[in-house]
Amino acid sequence: MNDAYDIRSSELHIEVHKFRAGAIILATAFALILQAFLPIYFPKAAILDLPLLITVYFGLSRRNPSTGLLLGMAIGILQDSLSGPNVPIGLYGIAKTMIGYLASSIGARLDTEHPAARFALTAFFFVVHQGIVALTQRLLLSQPERWFTMHLGAAALINAFVAVFLFMLLDRLRKTS
Amino acid sequence: MVALPSRHRSLFLLGGVVLLQVLLLAVQIKRDSQGRLIRVWTVGAVSPFERAGAHGISHIRDTWNHYFALQNASRENEELKRENDGLKLQITQLQGKAAEADRLAALLKFRQTSMDVPMVSARVIGWGADSASQSVYLDRGERDGIRRNMGVITPDGVVGKVIDSYRDTSQVLLLTDKDSGVGAMLVDSRTQSPVGGTGEPLLVMKYIPNDDNVNSGERVVTSGMDRIFPRDLPVGTIAEIKPGNPFKQIRVRPAANLQRLEEVFVLLTMKPLQLKQDSAAPTAATPPAGAPSAAANSPASPEKP
Repeated sequence: MNDAYDIRSSELHIEVHKFRAGAIILATAFALILQAFLPIYFPKAAILDLPLLITVYFGLSRRNPSTGLLLGMAIGILQDSLSGPNVPIGLYGIAKTMIGYLASSIGARLDTEHPAARFALTAFFFVVHQGIVALTQRLLLSQPERWFTMHLGAAALINAFVAVFLFMLLDRLRKTS
Repeated sequence: MVALPSRHRSLFLLGGVVLLQVLLLAVQIKRDSQGRLIRVWTVGAVSPFERAGAHGISHIRDTWNHYFALQNASRENEELKRENDGLKLQITQLQGKAAEADRLAALLKFRQTSMDVPMVSARVIGWGADSASQSVYLDRGERDGIRRNMGVITPDGVVGKVIDSYRDTSQVLLLTDKDSGVGAMLVDSRTQSPVGGTGEPLLVMKYIPNDDNVNSGERVVTSGMDRIFPRDLPVGTIAEIKPGNPFKQIRVRPAANLQRLEEVFVLLTMKPLQLKQDSAAPTAATPPAGAPSAAANSPASPEKP
């Protein structure tokens, strides 16, 4: 199997990346563990959504919507499982499934290797992710979650900023061509 | 089987996965008053069909029953009419019994509050045969101690006096008869004057001077001067007042319902009676000069033509 192959659609030239064995699983597990334990020692770190960043990254890199949404579902449900008793299983699962699908779909059409593109896309996906969570909470849980706050805007920018560097690290897990 | 394009395949997969998780959420979430969300959704999804089905079936059943299945309707209608007539009759009988029970209860109460007055209850069994006189027949007579000129009352007021007593029956001349009368007085002014009948539903109070102040609606009670009725029994209320010469023309509405008598009391004594001790009452005014005494025009004078 090739380490990377091309999607040629019209004049667009997009690479689909492969990763080392177990890289996705390890990265996901590491992100979930960090997400769970970092806020204990660094409360401000709770603003980060590392599972989301992992979902976005692998979605953009793999560029396969089916794989992206299944990976997003798995990460989201694991995150739900690790969350408190007030978070029903499926809340983040639904949001990350959608994000995984969107990221894979967009990744198949755009070049997402540039840091600026990654920053903008991550900020966009963060906002969309929170929107889906808020929608789910309003519709299914009858919880009056606010659609947008300044805190949410700041969190989107911070996550996007962290994503730029995190994605560079994760790029190292790719198989070299 | 038709193969889906990969783009659509992933969309279907997305839809399926999201739906699964929504169901997963619904199974977990419990609404406060309605149980689990999955149950709320299920009921919400099914109930419109159930409602529509029930409404449709009810409509069809109504249509069938009201327009097609009418072969027994006429017979049922006849039966229901007969049943309705029977029920109406029962209601009338029960209403009569209820009214009778009320009357008897009132009589019993009156009898209990007047234990010291010798009296006997009697039932009206007939009315006088002629239209010129106002009289009734009672189901009690001499064997029960009833004698001529004894007073007859109800808890509402004076009825009349006994004009004939037979072995088991007696005849009572009602207060409305033109030959009847009772010694009476006005409650407020204590002015005394006999009240007599005219053959009409209203009585007349005969000898009140034009100068005396009488108000419409004022109560008239027995004065006790006729030696038949105890003092302060209700006779009626003033219904009309007109100036006359030399006395006012005063019409009195009888306190007792003389048109619908069913049970009465007969006072079993000819001695002066007093139902109510009224020591605080002012001294009874004497009848005005020129006016005949109450006793002279009272039912105690049965020989009066």
